[in-house]
Amino acid sequence: MPKQSHFIEKTLRGITQAMERSLFAETISLQPGFFQSLDPRLKIITTLVLLVGVSMAHNLWIIVAVYFLILVFALSSAVPADFFIRRVWLAVPLFTGIIALPALFLIPGRPLVHLPLGLVITEPGLRSVLFLLSRVATSISLVLLLILTTPWNTVLGALSVLKVPDMFILVLGMTFRYIYLLLHITNDMFLSRKSRVIAKMSGKQERHMLATIGATLLGKSLNMSSEVYLAMVSRGYRGTVVTLKPFKMQRRDWIWAVFFAIISVSVFYLGR
Amino acid sequence: MVSQVSQIPWKKVGICYFALFVWLFTSAMHIPDGYLSPVTSLIMFMLVLPFWILGLKKIRQTMNARSVPLISLMAAFSFVIMMFNIPLPGGTTGHAVGAALAAIVLGPEVAVIAISIALIIQAFFFGDGGVLAIGANCFNMAVVIPYVAFATYRVVSKDTPLQSPRRVIGAVIGGWLGLTVAAFFTAVEFGIQPFFFAMADGTPLYAPYPLSVAIPAMLIPHMLVASVVEGVMTGMIVFYLQRSRIGILQSKELDNETEPEGLLGKLRWLWVGMAVLAVASPLGLLAPGTAWGEWGVEELTKLGLQSVPSGLEKLSTLWGAPFADYEISFLGNMNLGYIFSAILGIFLVGILAWLLTRLVSGGSPEKQQSM
Repeated sequence: MPKQSHFIEKTLRGITQAMERSLFAETISLQPGFFQSLDPRLKIITTLVLLVGVSMAHNLWIIVAVYFLILVFALSSAVPADFFIRRVWLAVPLFTGIIALPALFLIPGRPLVHLPLGLVITEPGLRSVLFLLSRVATSISLVLLLILTTPWNTVLGALSVLKVPDMFILVLGMTFRYIYLLLHITNDMFLSRKSRVIAKMSGKQERHMLATIGATLLGKSLNMSSEVYLAMVSRGYRGTVVTLKPFKMQRRDWIWAVFFAIISVSVFYLGR
Repeated sequence: MVSQVSQIPWKKVGICYFALFVWLFTSAMHIPDGYLSPVTSLIMFMLVLPFWILGLKKIRQTMNARSVPLISLMAAFSFVIMMFNIPLPGGTTGHAVGAALAAIVLGPEVAVIAISIALIIQAFFFGDGGVLAIGANCFNMAVVIPYVAFATYRVVSKDTPLQSPRRVIGAVIGGWLGLTVAAFFTAVEFGIQPFFFAMADGTPLYAPYPLSVAIPAMLIPHMLVASVVEGVMTGMIVFYLQRSRIGILQSKELDNETEPEGLLGKLRWLWVGMAVLAVASPLGLLAPGTAWGEWGVEELTKLGLQSVPSGLEKLSTLWGAPFADYEISFLGNMNLGYIFSAILGIFLVGILAWLLTRLVSGGSPEKQQSM
């Protein structure tokens, strides 16, 4: 009897999770809070600058300080603390932690701790692992805070400040929208197939079914693209893109902009 | 006590393999922020940029205003296909990137754009892969896979009819090779970090493993699992398309016929050559690398000592076996590093030359693009 791979369940779970996550982010981003009230352009620029700052820092404490700063921002922005911490600290040690673990012993240097089997944790080894973990966790938290507190269409609209061409923003926005539609269609295809299967499928049958669904999805996507094009043309699309830019920096935003600038400069300066 | 560390390299290497193997199943090839230095991230962005420009140019030339919905839907499709869990013989499952399929259906230039957009959305809105690492992730997955896979697919399938089984074989090999070469590039990006971006005392600031660890640790599991997934999925879908939706495969074919067969056609072989070289080089070089280090112990240690920062001299008591060992592997890797950068150099010059000729010779007046 071939082992069951539960690939349908896994795929369905992945699809549901993606939908759930963005629904959750949408819910939080609509609640009143500190980060929600800021101009999205300011948030994007601050996030990017701090990402670079964290990435360039040669000082572990600076990275840790930035992490706690983000934590404070998150708490004052109606983001549930346990979710914010768990989301990062469950995933990071699981992925990055496992990758980084051997570096504790592999990197030569002053020995710190002697373990059985002749394994020795070295000082540079420990430090490099801490660097990697803190950098990854802080970077993920930064991006997470941005998406949790900003609706995605606002993020897209604000991207135009970064001189991202309007055409590109339009494509991003449409892609984002059709990802959900295609996820929905895929979900239906998997579910309808699964609900009609009683026997255990062989690996070959499973792969055959996946290929069918994948290829059907490809055909549907291509068909849909020409339908969408016709729909756009019939609504007056002439190939030019107009994006709404309703953002205006308030006095409050400027004050926070100065604050973020001071933080960013100190991260760059102290982190050297 | 310290010398024990160097006596059991197989154990340490084993742990590495296991760790990266586990990682493979979880996040595939998406590099998060923190693994690459900002300089590397910037360079990777610069490497991707010409491909983005070329892709947009191609789209505008061939598809006009239709391109916006087409790219959007294809990017959305790539995003969704990345969520498919593909069962492999033996009960394991893995995720495919779908870049090889996109290249076969859309052509590599357009596939670059579709996959890149899917990756950008993943990084920004779903937290898969870093934001600063978008350049690197796009280069590995949205540039390397489509071009290598497409070149391989074309070479294997040649001028056979669309229903030919050679097309399926080409798709399988293309997907496998594409992802394997991409894994190699990812490993090189990781592997150069400890050489260029470490603190004065040698503490790596980013991805901690040298090329000698990163390359086999990335390549071997990918060749066994992720690349197989990509190849199998690409082949299966091409097989299905052959039987029931041949039109999808045809559209790209017609596009190729109208395309002037010039430098691009000749370069295809070069691409495949490059791909084969890139895959073969670490396999062939890893063993001689250590052997080379062994015969040259004395000179190498001497060389190594000269380049050691003064801070390290305080730790002179530790200059026993482990450090000598470290120096050998370090210099052995420098040697490897030179060869890799040479390959990378050839690769880049090739791309540049190709891009230039395309921009110059393809200077037919751009179609009235209403974009």
